[in-house]
Amino acid sequence: MRKAFPFSAIVGQTEMKQALLMAAVEPRLGGVMVFGDRGTGKSTAVRALAALLPPMMIVPGCRYSCAPVDSAPCIEGCRERAGKAVQQVPVPFVDLPLGATEDRVVGSLDLERALATGEKRFEPGLLAKANRGFLYIDEINLLEDHLVDLLLDVAVSGQNVVEREGLSIRHPARFILVGSGNPEEGELRPQLLDRFGLSVDVRTPTDIGDRIEIVKRCDAFDREPDAFCARFEDAEHKVVDQIAAARKRLPKVEVPDSILELGTRLCQAVGADGLRGELTLLRAARATAALAGKKLVAPHHLASVATLALRHRMRKNVLDDTGSTARIERAVAELVAA
Amino acid sequence: MNAMAKAGLLDAPAEAAPDAAAAAAARWALALAAIPLIADAPMLGGIWMKAPPGPVRDIWCEALARHKPVRRLPSSADADALDGGLDLAATLAAGRPAQRPGLLAELGDGILLVPMAERLSRSLAARLAASLDERGPVVVLLDESPPPEPGEMPENPIPQSLIERLAIHLDLTGVRLPMAALLAGETPDLDPFMPEGDMTRVDDPAGNLAAAAVALGIASVRAPIHALRLAHAHARSDGRSGPAAPDLQLAAALVLGPRATRLPPGDAPQEPENDPPPPDEPPPPNPDTPPDSPDNEQQQPNPEDLTDLVLEAAAATIPPGVLDSLSKGLAAKNSAGGSAGAKLRSITSGRPAGVRAGAPGRGARLAIIETIKTAAPRQKLRPPRDDGRLTIRHDDLRIRRFVARAASTTIFAVDASGSAAFTRLAETKGAIELLLAQAYVKRAEVALVAFRGTEALLALPPTRSLARAKKELAALAAGGGTPIAAGLALARRVAETERGRGRTPLIVILTDGRANVPDASGKPPQEAALAEARALATTGIRAVFIDCAARPRPEGPALAAAMGAPHVPLPRLDAKAVVAAVEVAQKAIT
Repeated sequence: MRKAFPFSAIVGQTEMKQALLMAAVEPRLGGVMVFGDRGTGKSTAVRALAALLPPMMIVPGCRYSCAPVDSAPCIEGCRERAGKAVQQVPVPFVDLPLGATEDRVVGSLDLERALATGEKRFEPGLLAKANRGFLYIDEINLLEDHLVDLLLDVAVSGQNVVEREGLSIRHPARFILVGSGNPEEGELRPQLLDRFGLSVDVRTPTDIGDRIEIVKRCDAFDREPDAFCARFEDAEHKVVDQIAAARKRLPKVEVPDSILELGTRLCQAVGADGLRGELTLLRAARATAALAGKKLVAPHHLASVATLALRHRMRKNVLDDTGSTARIERAVAELVAA
Repeated sequence: MNAMAKAGLLDAPAEAAPDAAAAAAARWALALAAIPLIADAPMLGGIWMKAPPGPVRDIWCEALARHKPVRRLPSSADADALDGGLDLAATLAAGRPAQRPGLLAELGDGILLVPMAERLSRSLAARLAASLDERGPVVVLLDESPPPEPGEMPENPIPQSLIERLAIHLDLTGVRLPMAALLAGETPDLDPFMPEGDMTRVDDPAGNLAAAAVALGIASVRAPIHALRLAHAHARSDGRSGPAAPDLQLAAALVLGPRATRLPPGDAPQEPENDPPPPDEPPPPNPDTPPDSPDNEQQQPNPEDLTDLVLEAAAATIPPGVLDSLSKGLAAKNSAGGSAGAKLRSITSGRPAGVRAGAPGRGARLAIIETIKTAAPRQKLRPPRDDGRLTIRHDDLRIRRFVARAASTTIFAVDASGSAAFTRLAETKGAIELLLAQAYVKRAEVALVAFRGTEALLALPPTRSLARAKKELAALAAGGGTPIAAGLALARRVAETERGRGRTPLIVILTDGRANVPDASGKPPQEAALAEARALATTGIRAVFIDCAARPRPEGPALAAAMGAPHVPLPRLDAKAVVAAVEVAQKAIT
């Protein structure tokens, strides 16, 4: 298998990297939407993060990558079959192709078995494959609407419910949904956008030095992938340790009342719709505090995630051109400084 | 000489015959140079080749096939053909699963040739893009889409995500080969472009290529990465350890030039036509490195000089559209990658709506329960199988059907002439933005045709994106004559294209109805407009005529009647009223 580009070797794009790390630490954030031009390293970053995470343990041969110890029973009774054996696999990374059919995504009746032996068997789809890993959808705004609905529903509930072709099956499908898209090619419906936890705007790096560095690193990686990865090994270990420590710390991170109030005031100030935004804002702030190694969420944690968590939830006046980001930054500056 | 060439290029890009021939010959030499590179360095991804079908392209493809095994993607291919899958016919015949191997796995490191790439479905394009990310087979797209009509922005039907991943972009449009050899059925001499110059290793190739990409207005960082890969590959094939200046020039011509969105800033652009060779001769040596370029400059290239050299090489392949739009004072728009809307194919998507007989494949999905139900009552008539299972024949197969909601495209044809044009345009822009803001409900797309002076312009190609509409409508010129006929003609063309995509077009015309520019054949203005209006009526495309004349006049109602459109007088135009009129008309079609 080809080595993935090291996560820490990605030049710039700090906002995207921060959002992905937060999603890796706190899966309940509910996915990351990356808006931006092509060739900005979106898919590279997501792939790199998936490859970076330490391998996970599964029940050998389970088609849903069940964890050996989990309260949720597997629909195929894999644990009973496998006994105490465990298997180590890399964290799954599923790239959902744009033209994927619903069959392929949700899973369907196993055609082979049905026709040849008459057996009714479920053929798991991409959602099963992505369980406990990442599901990446490039150009999500071009995906058919009913598929986007379905994906977001599964991503939030963590369960894939199949009721079709005489099958009635539900299986775990917990994954970090990462969507990307270019708003110039068609927009995502606002009610779908709202379901994503974080939203990132990536821009092509304009600094010529950064661009040269990117080209150089890609070139070095092309020619000597092993040597290149070795160069970033220490940095990669640091990120892995940071994620592991943050995951452990996260349940213990406290959110003081003053921060809860600040979050509410911030959401009101920018006119972000719904409770979901507020909840995401606080969860993101908590994940940031955990990543920073703190036990208490501070105002600056909240400030650093405000744009990520709220940017895509603001009521838009079509004829008003003021960017959402600018409005949030203004509100943050007023409230957090005060 | 330079100034002359510049003037010639900007004034009449298509007519400068010897220059155009030289440029075409240079492109042919470059296309030949690309073949060994792509065969040796699969990490380049592949080639996007724009060329009409014909002998030139055939000879190029033959040359390609001599380097590596080439497989053509059959036009009937679906996703199963790429990845393999269950061979239903063989499975039924044999009574046990029979797999069909996928094209991608079969090819290994061969070359996948995609003819008629402009017809490539989005799902296949996405699959190919994913395969490129996993270092799958090299992909060569043969794009046969015709060059855009004057006044229309080149719109690219192939998904950008795929094109982006192909390092080399070539254009063989207008290339001619010696007729004698073609007649005799011989292969003409193939002289690939051979970069010449100082072959000492360059210190900072990454820096030079990245700087050149910025200067050419290429936003994606993938372009310089590809260019550097290509430079390395070329140096390697030459037996050198690292890229030298000529390698960078080749990379610039193959990778950076075709992606340019503007001419390099600063001094006058370097034209490829600096030294036109006799046009009758087969592929010339190297017209884009001027022979007078001093050798001592190349001996000790400092980084800026080298970047200039790279830019100069790239200028040879900058698409003519960029020069064209620059000469008109328009910013080059990046084509936004085809249709975003769902195709109206009722067997692939939408709400389920029953089944019909037919074999799955090409997107149609098997309805298993229905298939078994069909087969069940006939079991007694068929010889029983040894294992006692159902016998299913090809006739029993049922596929699912779906209904998809018709999506609409509203095409505004706006009179941008005269003194009232500014308000009219502003209100139309407002209406477009309001319509797009609610587009997610109806999956509606909006386009804008503006007509003024002597011609009509597709100012906003059909889009669902508010962001794009805002950007492209920001600088729309107004004033001048009123060529209603031209406006109607372009609007009709856009509408017919939209209908071909399976969408329902609606044309909204905003004018006072008084034409004052004759058409190309010299027909009087009003008569030409009426003729175009009648042509529109025969197509059956729905239209609304919004008459913004200050006082009632006969021309408006006459035009509306000729095109069979309702006549809506709105002397005081405002965005909300326009949207209301459009909505009424949309309800009538859906």
